[in-house]
Amino acid sequence: MSDMIILGTRKGTVIFDRQGAGWLPRPIMHAGIPVCYASRDPRDGTLWASLDHGHWGPKLSRSRDDGGSWEDLSSVKYPKGARYVVKYLPTPDFDPDSPTGQPEYADASVYKIWNIAFGAADQPGRLYAGTIPGGLFVSDDDGDSWQLNRPLWNHESRGGDLFAGDATSENQWNGTPASVDYGVFEPGIHSIVVDPQDKNHIHVAVSTAGVLETSDGGQTWASRNRGMTMDYLPDPEAEWGHDPHFISSCPGQPEHLWQQNHCGVFYSDDAAQNWTKVSRPDAGVHFGFPIAVDDDDGRTAWVVPAQADSERMAIAGGLCVARTTDGGHNWQSFRDGLPQNNAYDIVLRHSLDVAGDTLCFGSTTGNAYLSQDRGETWRCLGNNLPPIYSVRFG
Amino acid sequence: MPGQQFTADLLSKVWLTIMPSVEMTSHLYRFFPQLKNREIIVPAGSVAEIIAAVNEMAPGFNDYVLDEQGSLRRHVMLCINNSVVIDKLKLSDRVHEDGKVYIFQALSGG
Repeated sequence: MSDMIILGTRKGTVIFDRQGAGWLPRPIMHAGIPVCYASRDPRDGTLWASLDHGHWGPKLSRSRDDGGSWEDLSSVKYPKGARYVVKYLPTPDFDPDSPTGQPEYADASVYKIWNIAFGAADQPGRLYAGTIPGGLFVSDDDGDSWQLNRPLWNHESRGGDLFAGDATSENQWNGTPASVDYGVFEPGIHSIVVDPQDKNHIHVAVSTAGVLETSDGGQTWASRNRGMTMDYLPDPEAEWGHDPHFISSCPGQPEHLWQQNHCGVFYSDDAAQNWTKVSRPDAGVHFGFPIAVDDDDGRTAWVVPAQADSERMAIAGGLCVARTTDGGHNWQSFRDGLPQNNAYDIVLRHSLDVAGDTLCFGSTTGNAYLSQDRGETWRCLGNNLPPIYSVRFG
Repeated sequence: MPGQQFTADLLSKVWLTIMPSVEMTSHLYRFFPQLKNREIIVPAGSVAEIIAAVNEMAPGFNDYVLDEQGSLRRHVMLCINNSVVIDKLKLSDRVHEDGKVYIFQALSGG
């Protein structure tokens, strides 16, 4: 049972503590600073927040005293020589051959630290961070220093080893709309799933490229997009170009992976070797951002459906949470306790979490809701919060 | 000799008055309180050298105004006197002895 809920919001970090039957918020931390992701390391209780400074560059912030004090770190940095092949936002009049007709290179800088993940229990100090422009960083000293995972950065799907020279293959990673705020159109790693039964087995999800897997601790990576489909490309089953909004796995059955994608909900029971589309548009389960998986049962997952990519808001003005318990064959929608009139919330990719029978989600409208019966009934934690970017149990 | 000491002190003060100064948005004092309520005087040089000198006073300062390539962050404004710095990539603009450097953030909404 978790006793803490950590919200990353546009105006700082908000922590709710369980107090008897209720949850009480603490005064906001990192006041005024956008926090795009915040979570608690279950191994040692360290709290982490990713500060998305609009002006001063992304920082990680670390608290080793349960939020009493925070230490900001500027340690996630691309090494000298880290480059990427530039992408441009495709507009209706976009000419793929402009401006030069040749690959254009840029030196890499961290624009956003989008996700933080933790190593295994026997890897103290091991952390992972996913960034825009598409780098996976690894720390073995609890965040004091970070190393870029070069096999993923140098992957042939990105043009090969640009430390060594010019591109040797085509860059097939496209940008994420989330990067446009930084004046670029570059990919981002927003999901890092470490297999709790095999610390060398990791999945990452990239917007916009797809899912990749390593089974050797990050020395080699392979695409895991078989069965994925894209509605927005001429070849919906192309190997690259997918837009997973978030992936998550079942801790007790880590071969069960779930994906809320731009183009539907997808499920895999073989560690992403094959994906099956399990959307039910007729039941309102199709488009959305977050997905949460049960701790023990890999066939049980929850989503917060949204209308469509062109209407990123609750369906028909009413918030609901949908749950499947049979691997996506059937979905049940729950609305009890959620607003059903004039609600236009959108729940972003990191803003739904589950711990045992308890679920929590938050929206960019600043509403947070809690369920303690596996998503069937909900109650409000707050209506006047800042726009919520992440919700994690601690 | 007393007269020589007097002259040295005077020269020192004169020298300080003709070294560049740095002023910055108060937002940065939140992260670097040691820079608050003090006059920041640094040797003349390039903008990169000016920022390096401030970084000596406040370790980590450069990571707030520069990216890992050493370029000015996209939403940071830096002026020398009344002119916006020209070379935002390598910060080679020269700050003369009587120059004043201003560091502030671009306007933002929300």
